[in-house]
Amino acid sequence: MTATGAGADSTRGGASGAGQASGAGQASGAGQASGAGGRPMDAGFFVAWFEEAAGLVRRDRDRLTELDAAIGDADHGTNLDRGLTEVVQALAGSPPESPGQALTVAGVTLIRKVGGASGPLYGSVFRQMGRSIEEPVTLARFAAAFEEGVVALERLGKAALGDKTMVDALVPASRALALALRDGVGAPEAFELAARAAAEGAAGTIPLQARKGRASYLGERSIGHEDPGAASSALFMTALATVAAGGPGPAAGAA
Amino acid sequence: MVGVVVVAHSAGLAREVVALVRGIAGEEVPVAAAGGTEDGGLGTSLDLVEAAVREVDQGDGVLLVPDLGSSVLTARMLEEPGRIVVADVPFVEGAVAAAVTAGTGMPLSGVLAAADEARTVRKL
Repeated sequence: MTATGAGADSTRGGASGAGQASGAGQASGAGQASGAGGRPMDAGFFVAWFEEAAGLVRRDRDRLTELDAAIGDADHGTNLDRGLTEVVQALAGSPPESPGQALTVAGVTLIRKVGGASGPLYGSVFRQMGRSIEEPVTLARFAAAFEEGVVALERLGKAALGDKTMVDALVPASRALALALRDGVGAPEAFELAARAAAEGAAGTIPLQARKGRASYLGERSIGHEDPGAASSALFMTALATVAAGGPGPAAGAA
Repeated sequence: MVGVVVVAHSAGLAREVVALVRGIAGEEVPVAAAGGTEDGGLGTSLDLVEAAVREVDQGDGVLLVPDLGSSVLTARMLEEPGRIVVADVPFVEGAVAAAVTAGTGMPLSGVLAAADEARTVRKL
């Protein structure tokens, strides 16, 4: 019924132990807000994340819609593009003062503006992250908030790993962050690993039979198609890795 | 009275279900439609659902009856335990049962139970 306890064993590593890295001396970057070469995870970082995600979704809008046409109602690309455009506008219109505020604004805007199921689903992830995130944001704190966001998603959508949904991309991403933390991997690399895990998870939905949403009515005929929600989730994580590495996005700090 | 909001993917569907419900339950029951997106497309708008909740809220609670998919998820964004509740019921039958029961002055828990019962009532 609720979260499947996504990898309760290993995933819990970084959760609740937010800030666990600091002082432990394990992670060399303990205490400061980003790994070497990465951007500080301030409000601007999160704004840049959503701007980059909006750009990627816009670029892939037709692909997402085609994936959705195969097993859904052919509106995912259009809906998410519209929602993220609104998010970018909202964040530009009144720049957030904190990471938590940026995430909350993004979440609420997606809930209001997407119009399809992905609005409340993505919105719940970011709204929960906004509620949970402790500042200043470290990789450990990001990972903990992200995990709570994914749990909120699982609770709302009642989807588990293997149901051919966003969960199949976001849970592996969350696990990858937890493992990176455990191994003392710094921020840009950790987000790169999470992006890769999300992309693999999205590709991994192709052979699955859908058990949620419109696609579930198709039964076995949903097999052989990538889940559009998992595909867009992978884009979110790619955007995160890009921004963490100091890539595209405005005001990428004094490079 | 408990208010009832019919949440559907399409404005027309929500509007006509409300018309049917009003015809069966009576004009005095607070029932409102929230259908489609703000620009008239298929989907769900949180703003439209929120406005409908305000319209039917007499202080005795509000029951949201969604059709499926994003209507359910959007309705759940507004849940407030004991005050605003989402019914997991057949769309038309649940809305009719809820509104008729609300018209008798039943509290929210009773209205929800009546809507729930619609799930098990056979037609044949």
